[in-house]
Amino acid sequence: MAALAATLLFVSVLVFVVIRVLPGDPALVIMGTEGSPEAAAELRRAMGLDRPLVVQYLEWAGNALRGDLGRSIQYDVPVSRLILTRLPVTLPLTLLAGAFMVAAAVPLGVFAATRHRRGGDYLAMVLSQIGVAVPGFWAGLLLILLFSVKLGWVRAGGFDGWGEGLGAGLRALLLPAAALALFQFAVLTRTTRSAVLEVLREEYVKTARAKGASERSVVFRHALRNAMIPIVTVAGVQLGQLVAGSIILESVFYLPGLGRLALGAISARDLPVVQGVVLFASSLIVVINVAVDILYGILDPRIRYE
Amino acid sequence: MRRAFRHVTFTIGLVVTLGLLGTAALSLVYTPRDPLQMSIAGRLQGPTAAHPLGTDQFGRDILSRVMTGAVTSILVGVIAVGIGMGVGVSLGMCSGYFGGWLDEGFMRLMDAVQGFPAILSALLLAAAFRPSLAMSMVAIGVAFLPVFARLTRASFLAHREREFVLAARALGAGDAALIGRHILPNTVPPLIVQATISFPVAILAEAALSYLGLGTQPPHPSWGVMLKEAQAFLGTNPWYAVFPGGAIAVTVLGLNLLGDGLRDLLDPKLAE
Repeated sequence: MAALAATLLFVSVLVFVVIRVLPGDPALVIMGTEGSPEAAAELRRAMGLDRPLVVQYLEWAGNALRGDLGRSIQYDVPVSRLILTRLPVTLPLTLLAGAFMVAAAVPLGVFAATRHRRGGDYLAMVLSQIGVAVPGFWAGLLLILLFSVKLGWVRAGGFDGWGEGLGAGLRALLLPAAALALFQFAVLTRTTRSAVLEVLREEYVKTARAKGASERSVVFRHALRNAMIPIVTVAGVQLGQLVAGSIILESVFYLPGLGRLALGAISARDLPVVQGVVLFASSLIVVINVAVDILYGILDPRIRYE
Repeated sequence: MRRAFRHVTFTIGLVVTLGLLGTAALSLVYTPRDPLQMSIAGRLQGPTAAHPLGTDQFGRDILSRVMTGAVTSILVGVIAVGIGMGVGVSLGMCSGYFGGWLDEGFMRLMDAVQGFPAILSALLLAAAFRPSLAMSMVAIGVAFLPVFARLTRASFLAHREREFVLAARALGAGDAALIGRHILPNTVPPLIVQATISFPVAILAEAALSYLGLGTQPPHPSWGVMLKEAQAFLGTNPWYAVFPGGAIAVTVLGLNLLGDGLRDLLDPKLAE
């Protein structure tokens, strides 16, 4: 928990310093080259930029905590509203990719562990080597090439929102989520395999086998359940990474999510939007990590928090 | 059998890595065509005898550009890992050797950096300054800080109270000598392994950032930039998107295998 609070503090200070201090005078950034020095000084006073930086930071952080992330220079609407309109793309994309990751990696990892050093194990390991080597955005391009350019089954990208129904929305997110999940799937497969292997060496697994438990019951009831802690830990970290990765995949598939919002804001020099998106995305990652911590206690009743 | 398999991993990794280094070195003195030379007549061709990997939207030779792109990737890998390792090792050294509030402070800072993906720092830096290769290297390098700092700190904690260090201290060695001459050399093997593991991660990150327009800027060839450009022409010349991505995948695969093999060979305890 201390680490998570530290992360938020660090990120907020970093975001504040990089966006508000390093690029130079925000008043000049907003006014461009046309503003007169007097007008710039007036704007600085109006924006409160003539006050000490610590005061400015505290005010900004306080506002951010209340959900006020400032106004977009480009669109002249609150940044928080812009973020909210993009969430219905980024969040389902991340969650769908997370679901793909778990649904593919855990069974494959368990399979590999039960076939230790045999064909199936090596095959799974080769798959995971490929998964960590192939860049997600390239995998996305290849999927577009195959399913949209060659076969013509799906559109090459874009997202019409959820108004067309759940099925249409999910269909648009299917390929991006698969490409996004590839790397994290590979990492989680390895984790699952080694965690299950570890537990299969334990004495109580021998006991379970000796008392005649079926292999199925040994693997799922005894081994997998006790291997859940490392699996959930890594899956949680990977889910956070998926939030970051979605920024890239949104560009590949032209999805109007947070990542494309931030990239567009960079070209337009719309600093409050970049600031808001970065702060929001990193807070989301922190929240995921807290959720994983809470999950530990549910998975393993021996873990208790003071 | 297991030993041999390990060596197979290491050998494949080594061969691919040497191939990458060789290609990059070769591209400095020779490429089949000038990677920047345009030819509107011969644009977006598939593989031909004159252009084994085809041409891009300006008629530039993709093979020559993929070869030159290898230099960018290696450069970013070396510099980003260098930043992470240089700063991370220094922090870890101070943390592990001096301990106390300094250690506590540095480690909390590393916790914080760990929760902050490179892509987000890259977005910030690109917004504050301008998107550039240098900014992407810094963003990637910073993301490597925690792992190098923790590794060095752990080694220093393990060695700080060992007999040979106490003996050197009793003989009058100062802090600098103890750190630099006696403890640091013992932390090198795990650091080398970690650097090998981080190198392909940096290459992947650079490709992704360049793809988003946050890294290398055109017309300079980079695998990520090439893929960004190729995307607009998937229908006309699909090969354009295949080769630069393939180069990334093969390179990263080779470096990962090398790292895995090296780890097994240097520290057999870790191999399972």
